[in-house]
Amino acid sequence: MAHKWGMAADLDRCTGCGACVTACHAENNISTVGAEQAARGRAKHWIRVERYWEGEFPDVHMKFRPVMCQQCDNAPCEPVCPTYASHHTPDGLNAQVYNRCIGTRYCANACPYNVRFFDFFNPSWEKPLHLQLNPDVSLREVGVMEKCTFCVQRIKATAIQAEAENRQIKDGEIKPACVQTCPATALVFGDLNDPESDVSRLARSPRGSKLLEDLGTLPKVTYLSKQTQP
Amino acid sequence: MSSVGTMQPVPDQVRADLLRPLLRTSWKFYSLVLILGAIVVAALAAWATQMTLGFGISGIRWPIYWGFYVTNFVFWIGISHAGTLISAILRLVNAGWRRPVTRCAEVITAFALMIGAMFPIIHLGRPWLAFWLFPYPSERMIWPNFRSPLVWDFFAINTYLTGSVLFLFLPMIPDFAVVRDRATGMRRRIYGALALGWRGTPTQWHRLETAMQIMAVAIIPVAVSVHTIVSFDFSMAPVPLWQSTIFGPYFVAGAIFSGIAGLIIAMALLRRFLHLERYLHPVHFQNLGKLLLMMALLWGYFVFNERLVTYYGNRVSDMQVFWRTQRLTFAPLYWTMVGCNFVLPLVIMGISRFRTITGCVIASIGVVIGMWLERFLIIVPALGHKYLPYSFGVYRPQPVEIVITIGTFAAMALLYVLFAKFVPIISMWELTAVQHPGPALIPPATAEHPLGETHA
Repeated sequence: MAHKWGMAADLDRCTGCGACVTACHAENNISTVGAEQAARGRAKHWIRVERYWEGEFPDVHMKFRPVMCQQCDNAPCEPVCPTYASHHTPDGLNAQVYNRCIGTRYCANACPYNVRFFDFFNPSWEKPLHLQLNPDVSLREVGVMEKCTFCVQRIKATAIQAEAENRQIKDGEIKPACVQTCPATALVFGDLNDPESDVSRLARSPRGSKLLEDLGTLPKVTYLSKQTQP
Repeated sequence: MSSVGTMQPVPDQVRADLLRPLLRTSWKFYSLVLILGAIVVAALAAWATQMTLGFGISGIRWPIYWGFYVTNFVFWIGISHAGTLISAILRLVNAGWRRPVTRCAEVITAFALMIGAMFPIIHLGRPWLAFWLFPYPSERMIWPNFRSPLVWDFFAINTYLTGSVLFLFLPMIPDFAVVRDRATGMRRRIYGALALGWRGTPTQWHRLETAMQIMAVAIIPVAVSVHTIVSFDFSMAPVPLWQSTIFGPYFVAGAIFSGIAGLIIAMALLRRFLHLERYLHPVHFQNLGKLLLMMALLWGYFVFNERLVTYYGNRVSDMQVFWRTQRLTFAPLYWTMVGCNFVLPLVIMGISRFRTITGCVIASIGVVIGMWLERFLIIVPALGHKYLPYSFGVYRPQPVEIVITIGTFAAMALLYVLFAKFVPIISMWELTAVQHPGPALIPPATAEHPLGETHA
């Protein structure tokens, strides 16, 4: 049976520490752009921790929400791409083919979550950071769009390993960098087509909801609402 | 035949007047071409800089990924809707006053389309790969994605450009023959080639008229579809205030509106600088001014509809953008747009005393500014305020975008000046149509209003 990769984010567990963001940058060779360009909206955070304040002073609550590509089943970014750079894979991922991208940026405009990022300049790394690039992830040149892939390189590696050993992929065997790093285990990754997987169980939770669900994009990331107040 | 009107210009006079710019070149022409050319070169240099240094030198940013370039794209494609569409309609209804207007209108279409079609390439992250939009047989068996409105744009614009160039070229053939017959040397050879062996036989006239009729009918649905498809670029994306069923007709109306304004400005400049007072009469401006007034009302109707329905619907995400344009950051631009696009043309074109050439030009300049702002206000505020407040953003255009924007206006002027230099800007044979053999083959509406003088 085909896989359907999905994620769950427990907002009750998220502390907003930002470890997922750092891990994602390291794993996926996402170049940093410096403070000045970041202020001009050129930072590329495939996953970000949105921070919202609720209530009036002094009764103020802070809420965090990690937002990455929601890997929508009905993704607005896909049909608008003129070159199929943005397309749907058989296991339900929104793939982005960097080499096929010509940079119309239409996908990013169509994305309601603003989780697609444009390479405004050729990427560069300060020495010795260039030595820590991940050889499994291609670099993106100026003028293409990039976004969260659910760490497709890890999914593929595990799938190949499992096939070589003639077995099924075990639940929890694949961990995208953000999931692996999250100290509070707020993020859970797995196969939504397996009803017994952790992520399927969480997706069925009464606390669960999807981001901007009413737009009909059918996202594959479930957010579990916050129950406690700090 | 010469009894149609006392002011009917004699063919020799027409030819002398209209061929004068072709045969005589003053220093003014050279300096104008030099200035405009310098601005165009500056714009090209700006584009080259953007490609070399990276797109980051523009003001485009997360999450406002479309800015001045796409605004210019929609604006210029809009301007292109004056020429061919108006000329085709006037031809089909046989409006006699169209005769001196058609060619200078059709040229606007051809050039504005060429300039507009540059912007989807200029705004690409990797413009050197723009050919991937072509459905060419590739060794990797990949076709463009026919679900993408950008691919629809590609086909719509190319169809319209091909049709418009044909529609422009066909009635130029007899005029090229006239120039050929009066020129010598190199010039004679070039115009001879362009005239395609035109000898003015009744069969040739008949074929030309038939071809013009077919083109006039065919080009109207194409023109309407082009700006509808341009509007699809926006209405197909789930962005607040973009997903609107009204965008198709709204964009087409806006396009014709800005196109007429562009045409009026171009005609006034031609009349002034090429001394065409004998051919472009106040009545032409009055008639186009009335058309401008009608389109202003239509535009106002669409905007009122769009705004009222949004307000009544009261969706949170829509209202974010709504108030941003209505009252907050973009309010000064928004109300300037309403003033330029609605109040100004309504006052100037609505009162017959103001419907002079100067009045028409003032209203038209207002409309051109207003329609550019309209496109900007559709694109940028919505992208800056999409759903999640965390990802709101502010767009600030950078020098590279401003230079390229100014450069396109210079490019339009330059192409127009050069065209008027090499081709009679008013169709000579249509002005003197009654002189040609087989009058039954020529649209007969000249008797009533040969040049529109009877209105004057």
